[in-house]
Amino acid sequence: MGDHCCPVVANVPVSARYWHMVLEAPPLACAARAGQFFHLKCPAPPGEPAPFFRRPMSVYQARPDRGRVEFLYKVAGHGTRGMAALRPGDSFDILGPLGRGFTLDLAWRRIIVLARGVGLATLAPLAQDAAQLGVGVTAILSARSPEDVLCREVMAEAGARVLAVTDSEGTSDPDKVAALIRAAVARAGAEAIFTCGSNRLLQLSQALARELGLAGEVALEQQMACGLGMCLCCVRAFRGADGEIEHRRVCWEGPVFPLQEALSW
Amino acid sequence: MVRPDARPPAPAPEGGSLPDAAAVDLSVQLGPMRLANPIMPASGTFSENLARVMDLDRLGAFVAKSIYATPRKGNPTPRVAETREGMLNSIGLPSKGVAHFVAEHLPAYAGLKPPLVVSLSADTVAEFGPAAAEISVPGVGAIEVNISCPNLEADGRAFAQFPDATYAAMSAVRAATSLPIWAKLTPNVADIAAIAQAAEAAGADALVVANTILAMAIDVETRRPRLGNVMGGYSGPAVKPIMLRMAFQCARAVRIPVIGCGGIVTVEDVAEYLIAGCSAVQVGTQTFLEPGAMPRLIDELARWCAARGIGRVRDLVGTVRLDPDPSHAEWLAS
Repeated sequence: MGDHCCPVVANVPVSARYWHMVLEAPPLACAARAGQFFHLKCPAPPGEPAPFFRRPMSVYQARPDRGRVEFLYKVAGHGTRGMAALRPGDSFDILGPLGRGFTLDLAWRRIIVLARGVGLATLAPLAQDAAQLGVGVTAILSARSPEDVLCREVMAEAGARVLAVTDSEGTSDPDKVAALIRAAVARAGAEAIFTCGSNRLLQLSQALARELGLAGEVALEQQMACGLGMCLCCVRAFRGADGEIEHRRVCWEGPVFPLQEALSW
Repeated sequence: MVRPDARPPAPAPEGGSLPDAAAVDLSVQLGPMRLANPIMPASGTFSENLARVMDLDRLGAFVAKSIYATPRKGNPTPRVAETREGMLNSIGLPSKGVAHFVAEHLPAYAGLKPPLVVSLSADTVAEFGPAAAEISVPGVGAIEVNISCPNLEADGRAFAQFPDATYAAMSAVRAATSLPIWAKLTPNVADIAAIAQAAEAAGADALVVANTILAMAIDVETRRPRLGNVMGGYSGPAVKPIMLRMAFQCARAVRIPVIGCGGIVTVEDVAEYLIAGCSAVQVGTQTFLEPGAMPRLIDELARWCAARGIGRVRDLVGTVRLDPDPSHAEWLAS
């Protein structure tokens, strides 16, 4: 683990809002596990200074066989504007892999992954790992509209049962998503649920996991400075074993946490 | 402490052989302590976690995150905000107390060569003494007394904003421990030299100059402060000239060593602090951007000295050249 200057192999928009970056990375970086993140030294976007801090981003694909690390991102702020300015051949300084990733129980018959937008990029490698280990996957992909649904192909290729829900089709509201989760548990025997990023989906996942007796984890985001557990800026609130509310570092104890311990915000 | 008549070392011999970087003596003396080199972390920007990216034995010293005498939760998020050339933080010194540090963190430093400096803070003078006694255990090399964090009280007031409070807090620690004690000063004062002298009079073995500058940032779209605690401490390259000025003023005002702290990014920044009168420096914010910044600076300092024919880095300390004309006379006299 350390910071690596990695050549950009590709960096292209995949839809109106999302970009896909492929880096050639050393073996250590390629060993990133699902749910871990890299801390990115984003370059200056055109006409702007470089962002002062690094930016954390979860790994979308880490492929030791190809020596590549990939990110799927939305151009939403200063850091991602800088990322979108990188061209093949440019060098990108990435620190990592960092943090604690997802855990899979091989005894599970099936897991549900539930996320929206770029949250799906975080869950895609988990779905691939699960499929490779013989655990079935039901992937519920939420988006504004059908053309905005991310990771449909990569989830399907991994063997996941893919269910896309969208705002424009009126299929993404919590009641309808809850019905899909109940069906995945009742009919396909799902035993765990994994989610990422969204407060609404966290609350939904927690409620259904309690109701249906599911295990699960959530990957959380928070603004970071060091990424190494030193500065204590990226804390979020959790309910500890003794019922007390406590702060934990998203970069160090996370970014993946036990589903029921995370407090919604 | 600083000799006004000190001359810079002789320039490198023309065409002659320069000392090898590996042969440069980087060691410095900090009161009773000898450090292998003058580079150490600033409190709050370091933990044993950094072992994942660097060889901790390379550092001049370790400086841990401030421990509070009593456990504290810390401030609401957002706890940091970035600017073009620096960062604001208002972490709020979350701490699980002295006993937790001794049990959970101290063992990580066993077997490492650099001395461990524990940063200690408290809400009242009365709390400083017992906490200093409690942390004076084997494995702790010195106590940095954080009398300066701007987040401690409303409006960012701190002990080190007043000479009498500085003297009281440092005296309490001095009476409670035989370890070397360093006073970490705040830059949020009009006359830092007076604070430096109060700390020295109370028995401080060294000064750290300085903590962060009280600052604020507002999101102009939401019109909300960008820190959860409204105000916070500013650090990073933007503050370096201010901290350098204060370190210079303190070095001129006291006989104990001064450790410079603020905005170090390059080896020239390190050299500047040393020349200004600092015996060592602390690196903070840059480690967040570049985790390997401290070992890089140690390597670069050796090469920087070698290229200038400087065999011992401590020979740089306080070699700022002041001319005997009216504009410099005040400093020559001090």
